[in-house]
Amino acid sequence: MKVTDKDVAYVADLANLELTEEERTHMVRDLNSILEYVDKLSRLNTDKVEPMAQVSDRYGVDTTKVASERFAYASREDILFGLRPSLPHEEALANAPDADENFFKVPKVIER
Amino acid sequence: MDLNQLTIDAARSAIQERKTTSMALVESHYERIQKEDSAIGAFLTLTKERAMEQADRIDRLASEGKMLPPLGGVPVAIKDVMCTRGVRTTAGSKILENFVPPYDCTAVARLEAAGAVVLGKLNCDEFAMGSSNENSAYHPVRNPRDTSRVPGGSSGGSAAAVAASMAVVTLGSDTGGSIRQPASFCGVVGLMPTYGRVSRYGLIAFASSLDHIGPLAKNVKDAATVLKTIAGRDPMDTTSADVPVPDYVAELENPVSGLRIGVAKEYFGDGLDAEVRKAVEDAIESLAKLGCDVVPVSLPHSEYAIPTYYIVATAEASSNLARFDGVRYGFRAKNARTLSDMYRRSRDEGFGQEVKRRIMLGTYALSAGYYDAYYLKAQKVRTLLTRDFDEAFKKVDAIVTPTSPTAAFKLGEKANDPLAMYLADIYTVTADLAGIPGISIPCGVTKEKLPIGLQILGKHFDEATILRLGFAYERLSI
Repeated sequence: MKVTDKDVAYVADLANLELTEEERTHMVRDLNSILEYVDKLSRLNTDKVEPMAQVSDRYGVDTTKVASERFAYASREDILFGLRPSLPHEEALANAPDADENFFKVPKVIER
Repeated sequence: MDLNQLTIDAARSAIQERKTTSMALVESHYERIQKEDSAIGAFLTLTKERAMEQADRIDRLASEGKMLPPLGGVPVAIKDVMCTRGVRTTAGSKILENFVPPYDCTAVARLEAAGAVVLGKLNCDEFAMGSSNENSAYHPVRNPRDTSRVPGGSSGGSAAAVAASMAVVTLGSDTGGSIRQPASFCGVVGLMPTYGRVSRYGLIAFASSLDHIGPLAKNVKDAATVLKTIAGRDPMDTTSADVPVPDYVAELENPVSGLRIGVAKEYFGDGLDAEVRKAVEDAIESLAKLGCDVVPVSLPHSEYAIPTYYIVATAEASSNLARFDGVRYGFRAKNARTLSDMYRRSRDEGFGQEVKRRIMLGTYALSAGYYDAYYLKAQKVRTLLTRDFDEAFKKVDAIVTPTSPTAAFKLGEKANDPLAMYLADIYTVTADLAGIPGISIPCGVTKEKLPIGLQILGKHFDEATILRLGFAYERLSI
C-alpha cells in the first residue's frame, strides 16, 4: 500500500474536498489500485527525454527561438476593448449563488 | 421521405427545394425524442424556442429562394459540456445544475451560423469523465442498439442521439476516446480532429492539453461537412491552430489506391475480443482490395498509454476543476460557517464519485514529492508515445486499429472497478496524447448484433486522408 489514510486526508485538503469516512476508505483502495498500474511507467528510462506538456509545439511554435518568442504565433496586437465586450454586472452576477447588485457574496473569511 | 433518416445534404436540399421545411424537420425530430428518449436518456435539455427561431429563419430564406448555408435547417444537438448562451449547461454534473452561460461555445456558434438548428443539450459522463455514460449525475444513457448496454462515454448522449435518429448530427468532445468509443458502441461515425483544429472556447475544460471537439454523424460525409464548418483559427483560443482548413467534402472522392495503411501489432494483443479482431481484420482486407498498401508498423510504447493518460488527464483536471468553488456560479452548500467550509462542502456535495477520484489522483500526482515520479514522468512518456507515431507516419499515411477492444458492455458491468473502465479506452487515448486525428467507422456487428468500430488514425492536420479512407470503406460496406 503506497497511499495511506493520512495521504488521502492530506491530498483531500489540498484539493478542497472534505470526503466522508466511507469515501476516504474507497479512495485509499482506488488510488492504490490505479497507482500500482501507473507504476509500470517506472520501467521506462526517460532520463534523456523532454517532457511534453502540450501539442501546440507541433504547429506555430518556432523552435529556433527561446522563451516567449517561441510562442509568437499565439500573440496578437492588443485590442482596446478586448475580443468581446466585458459582461454587464447583472449578467456576470446572474449565476452567482449569492450576490448583491455589485459583488459576489461569501461567508465570512476570518473567524473571530 | 422519412424526415428522421436524412443526412445533412438530403435535409438541406429538401428544404431548399421546398419539399419540406426546417420547421417540419425539427418537429419530427422532437416527436421522435418525445417517443424514444424516455428509454434512451440522451437529452438533458431541449431548446425548442431557439430551434423554432432558427428553423423559421431558414424557412424564410428558402421561401425567398435564397441559397441556404451548408447546414441550413439541419437539426443537430450538442454535448452538454459546450456552453450555450441562455441555455442551461450542466457538464452532466449537479454542481452546474443551474448554470446558464452568458456566451456561446465557438463550435456551436459556427454551426448555427452555418444554418444548423440546435434541438437541445446531450447527456454525458460528469465533466466528460467516463467511458460508459454511467457517471452522469442525472441519469445514464442506454445504447439504442440494446438498451441493457451502455452507449459508451463520455459522449454517450451524442452517439445515442444519432444512432436513434433523434438528431442528424451531434457535437461531442474527446479527451481519451470520448467521441470515438461511443461512436463505435452505437454504430455511428465519430471524428476527433487534430488538437488545435477546432477551437475549445466555450468547452468546459476537463484536460486542456487533451480536449477536442468533434462531430458524431450517420456517415463520413456528414462528419466532413461539420468539421469544415467548425474548424479553423479562433482568436478566443490561443491553442487553436492557424493552419488552412481544406475542403474535406471535396476531397472525399479522391482515390485511396496507393495509400499506405499501417497495422500495429500492439493494437491486436491480449484483451481484444475475437469478433472485434475478425471484423477489423476484414476491414483491413477490404482496404487492401481498394488498392491500399498494408504495412506493418510498430508503436512500441502503446502499453504505457493508459497510465500516462490517467496521470496527465487527472493532473490537468484537478487544476481545471479548482474553479468550482460555489462563488461565481454553480452549486453552493447551505449553511457553511466560513469561506473554507463553503468551498469544501460545495465541492463535496456538488461533485460525483468519479470526478472526486480523478481530482484526488491528479492532486496526488502534482503534490510535492510525487510530481517528478508521476506528472513529469508521464509527460516524458507522452513524448515517447508521440515519437512512436512520428516514426510510424514516416512509413504510412494512416494507421488502422480497432476503436475499442470489445463491443458495448452491460450497464453496471464495470461500474465498481475504475481500472477496468479505464481500459475501455486502451486504443483511443494515445491519439489524444499525441494530438493526432482519429475517426471511428462502423465495421460490422457481433453475433449479438452489437456494432463494432474501425479506428483510422492520421497525421497531425491530415483529417482529409482519414476521412477519405473512411468514405471509401463506408461506400464498400453499404
